[in-house]
Amino acid sequence: MRALRKYLDKIKPNFEEGGKLHWLYSTFEAFESFLFVPNTTSKSGVHIHDARDSKRTMVIVIIALIPALLVGMYNVGLQHYMAIGQEVSWFTQFLYGLIAMLPQIVVSYAVGLGIEFAVAQVKKEEVAEGFLVSGILIPMILPVDTPLWMIALATAFAVVFAKEVFGGTGYNVFNVALVARAFLFFSYPSKMSGDQVWVRTADTFGMGGGTVLDGYSGATPLGQIATTEAASFSGFTFQGITGQPLSISDMFFGFIPGSIGEVSTFAILLGAILLIATGVGSWKTMLAVFLGGGVTVLITNLFAQNALMEMPMHYHFLLGGFAFGAVFMATDPVTSARTEKGKWIYGFLIGVIAITIRVFNPGYPEGMMLAILFMNIFAPLIDFYVVDANIKRRLKRAAAVKATNDQ
Amino acid sequence: MAKRIKIKKGLRIPLLGEPDERLLGTVTSEQVRICPEDYPGVTPRLTVKVGDTVKAGSPLFHEKDHPEMVFVSPVSGVVAEVERGERRRILNIAIKSDRLNERIEFGEKEVSNLSPEEVKGAILEAGLWFAIRQRPYDIVALPDRSPRDIFVTGFDSSPLAPSYDFILQGQEEELQVGLNALAKLTAGKVYLSISANSTSRALKQAKNVELYEFDGPHPAGNVGVQINHIKPVNRGEVVWTLNALNVVLIGRLFKNGTVDLTRTVALTGSEVKEKGYYKMLIGTELSSLFKGNVTEGISLRYISGNPLTGRKIEEDGVLRAYDAQVTVIPEGDDVHEVLGWASLSPKRYSAGGTYLNLKKRYRMDARLLGGPRAIIVSNEYDKVFPMDIFPEQLIKATLAFNIEKMERLGIYEVAPEDFALCEFVDTSKLELQRIIRTGLDLLRKEVE
Repeated sequence: MRALRKYLDKIKPNFEEGGKLHWLYSTFEAFESFLFVPNTTSKSGVHIHDARDSKRTMVIVIIALIPALLVGMYNVGLQHYMAIGQEVSWFTQFLYGLIAMLPQIVVSYAVGLGIEFAVAQVKKEEVAEGFLVSGILIPMILPVDTPLWMIALATAFAVVFAKEVFGGTGYNVFNVALVARAFLFFSYPSKMSGDQVWVRTADTFGMGGGTVLDGYSGATPLGQIATTEAASFSGFTFQGITGQPLSISDMFFGFIPGSIGEVSTFAILLGAILLIATGVGSWKTMLAVFLGGGVTVLITNLFAQNALMEMPMHYHFLLGGFAFGAVFMATDPVTSARTEKGKWIYGFLIGVIAITIRVFNPGYPEGMMLAILFMNIFAPLIDFYVVDANIKRRLKRAAAVKATNDQ
Repeated sequence: MAKRIKIKKGLRIPLLGEPDERLLGTVTSEQVRICPEDYPGVTPRLTVKVGDTVKAGSPLFHEKDHPEMVFVSPVSGVVAEVERGERRRILNIAIKSDRLNERIEFGEKEVSNLSPEEVKGAILEAGLWFAIRQRPYDIVALPDRSPRDIFVTGFDSSPLAPSYDFILQGQEEELQVGLNALAKLTAGKVYLSISANSTSRALKQAKNVELYEFDGPHPAGNVGVQINHIKPVNRGEVVWTLNALNVVLIGRLFKNGTVDLTRTVALTGSEVKEKGYYKMLIGTELSSLFKGNVTEGISLRYISGNPLTGRKIEEDGVLRAYDAQVTVIPEGDDVHEVLGWASLSPKRYSAGGTYLNLKKRYRMDARLLGGPRAIIVSNEYDKVFPMDIFPEQLIKATLAFNIEKMERLGIYEVAPEDFALCEFVDTSKLELQRIIRTGLDLLRKEVE
């Protein structure tokens, strides 16, 4: 490590003002501060600083995402080999998922970070770490069969138009990963929904070739219940891709068709525990989303007219992107409400809107993405009213003093 | 009985290097240096020149718009040098001590027999007015405005802070005289806030004041926090603030009739070998104090004050006007930590949960431990900001210099020091105290 430090010190002058590689300064700085904690010391203000920085914060989120990513990868393989009717070891299944996912992650990072590095260089700033999280989130919320060029396009769109034009990390109005997904959802709806996209049936780089079994259906559980003929929930059973009935534990541990990140509520829960324990994610927002969703489910249950309206609360929480959105998307501090009271309102309304879209829009059985994007717009408004209450209190206090002085 | 106020938000930074409660000696230096930049809001106009003879209590300079507000020499001797910086700004005025300790006689005075104007005049004339600061703007109080109330903080809760209980031993009478003098200066009340753990009789049985007890972590000892909980400042109001140590300076003037700028100073910090208290004058050069008493072989940061609000000084720097603490910590510019973002090192301290929180005291250096970013993490400042104010929103309004919004969000109630803990925990490594200081100065120019 000492040798590396020496080497960095040696090449550093090339990147500084006047050096011939100065046009790469932000990139150099990003790698240098990735390897070594910057030894800049405080010039004004406090002389000591908390060890937490932006990098640490983002790394914690990425670690929290890893369980969901790993289970999701395994599930890609599991669903694939189930679809082609082959018995293979869990390791082969995982490996299949890994090589299916890896190119997507690489493309997302390469495109997004490429833009981030370039913009940071133009603005003569340090590279912000925000995309480290967005870059892993994007492949995790897309169907596994999304073509790579679409991921590249959507990532570029989201980073440029949802983030950089607003001023970069910390200034964006919308969650970057969700904008990428929404872009694809509205541009290529056939690749983003339906029952053909959630399970990869073809081989990946020659691995896992085979023909799909008869009777295969790749519909997600939420897709099934949204289009069911059954008149009531008791007359309906969730089915796996080969027609087998799905148990609650399948849904909890994530052995159902769906996007990589969202399937395993168990893995999401592990991530949530880490986010809450480290204080990186707001438990208030998470709890509020579930509260809002829960209340809405209870109301639809009460006035149930079809199987979907009758579906009990725990299915809503286990299926689709509800838990994933609540834990990893709604808690994005930049696009969420920033006041503590605001977080309760913000989260609650996300839950309400997500369930409402799910239940009353059979054409679109997943409401989480739109609910969060919608509430992103309203987060500043919620904060405005929370802060305004404080302002009013201050004005009232001053007015009261003035009144007594005048008497 | 004192009214008790519990502060929940805040942070006790477990920093290594608390001072032992014992007096280790007196520090003197050949020269003392007075730095006009210590006094916020003051534009200095020199009244002496190099070669002039001065006594302890002789004016060195006065405030541009308030000639009655003078700043005096702590020692008798000769003006040796006036060091200037950019645009001829005065950096410091050095006085070579003649060791005769001659003092100007202002005459002992019984405060109760004086009129408010006489009390004010006496403090101004003796150059002790700097002891009184005002909100809004956190500047040396403007003597031509009378304050709604006067707030005195009776303890310092910042990391490694000196114990007022210890320092005030033997100065009980001076403290009470000083409080009596303050009571003359306002039509309102003098509020004295003390720590719930205070054992000082001088503080607990102070008379002529409204006594409050504060219980909780730093910044419970910040006078701004105390004001916010006792009686907040409204737009258009002015309050004056002091700490108990500066009240003692005023008390000494009336009791002895002379200016005595001796402070009992805590020498603290992880890099100090012999930690404890020393007596010295404001402006005393500290090199003799550091010599042989600090860690050798690493680069060090010397601070006059505490590690949150203190000023960086050089090894041969002086004790600054408002400080009763000198701290030495590692500078850290010679440390190259590998992969800090992944570190599980027990040496790293964080107030949040992203590092292991050990029950120990940490040796912290002056590194930023990150790069400046936009404000990303929410609810970070709030946790260490026990005032009925939204700190993040106020910072943003101040950055944009939106005067109306700053007023509405409570800019008149805050001082830079109130944001020190926010700055410490800030993931985005922004200079919040500097932002507030600049905002207050601009606002004062704009509004007055």
